[in-house]
Amino acid sequence: MAEIIVVTSGKGGVGKTTTSASLACGLAKAGKKTAVIDFDVGLRNLDLIMGCERRVVYDFVNVVHGEANLKQALIKDKRFENLYVLAASQTRDKDALTKEGVEKVLNDIAADGFDFIVCDSPAGIEKGAFLAMYFADRAVVVVNPEVSSVRDSDRILGLLASKTRKAENGERVKEHLLLTRYSPERVEKGDMLSIDDVQEILGLNVIGVIPESPEVLQSSNSGVPVILDETSNAGMAYVDAVARILGEDKPLRFTTVEKKGFFSKMFRS
Amino acid sequence: MGIFDFLTQRNKNTANVAKSRLRILIEQERGLRDAPDYLPLLQRELLEVIRKYINVDVDAVKVDLHKDGDHNLLDISVALPEKEA
Repeated sequence: MAEIIVVTSGKGGVGKTTTSASLACGLAKAGKKTAVIDFDVGLRNLDLIMGCERRVVYDFVNVVHGEANLKQALIKDKRFENLYVLAASQTRDKDALTKEGVEKVLNDIAADGFDFIVCDSPAGIEKGAFLAMYFADRAVVVVNPEVSSVRDSDRILGLLASKTRKAENGERVKEHLLLTRYSPERVEKGDMLSIDDVQEILGLNVIGVIPESPEVLQSSNSGVPVILDETSNAGMAYVDAVARILGEDKPLRFTTVEKKGFFSKMFRS
Repeated sequence: MGIFDFLTQRNKNTANVAKSRLRILIEQERGLRDAPDYLPLLQRELLEVIRKYINVDVDAVKVDLHKDGDHNLLDISVALPEKEA
């Protein structure tokens, strides 16, 4: 039985695709057969972050419309043999997906022995975002410690509790927050909402806190999900988040200010 | 904190401002989230009817839906203008 995880946020640019790519890689690395699907029809980017953009022949929409079969469209990752990417269409629009079509693709993937299906949601609350979350068992709501992102996340949490298959069946999607671009220094200065602030406002706990770090951009530049850069704080924070999704109990890291030496303290600009 | 930081310090804790703004806003939005779609329309029509008889402000009519145990309670309040002297 495959578990379907939607990575969503409402607001754009908060790190959904970065998170989808890293969670999928982490789950695959943990031995789970994983597929990651780009639901952002018309604006595909997951392929680029995963580093397989030159190997996209068929996409999600082709499969939904029966123009290709699943085997043809699933792109096998070069790093993990149990990881597959299903790209979004670049030429169609968001109406090219239907609920029935998406359901069939998800069922077919599940029937192929996958453990996890990660759905990378587009921004917004329109059809693509709705379809990405509709069949989810679990939701990772990506949020920046910033007012508009927090507000949009609350809206998304409302939709998860009402407009999903689970909700319609009287069940609940298992929801988590994933805080990205977190800067303990700015929190300490009082310039940024803290983990506790965000948890308190949204009434939900974090499954991971990814610190603001230059390696995130470097990783997307090179098409290697940041979780694979285990020298970076962001990468290690994603490793922890994956462990928590798999049920491990891991304390948060990189969420407090690193103590500096005497000289850097005195002369910090 | 560097020793010269006091020169540039604005000493504004904007994170606290963000938190309190979000608290109020989100509470308000959650209240509307489960409300039926007809509520804003109902509010507008009520206002029109009331304005036929009394000259009230546009924000004088408030329509809220509350959960009271097992049933929903539609709470309509109309603020009447103060009596002119």
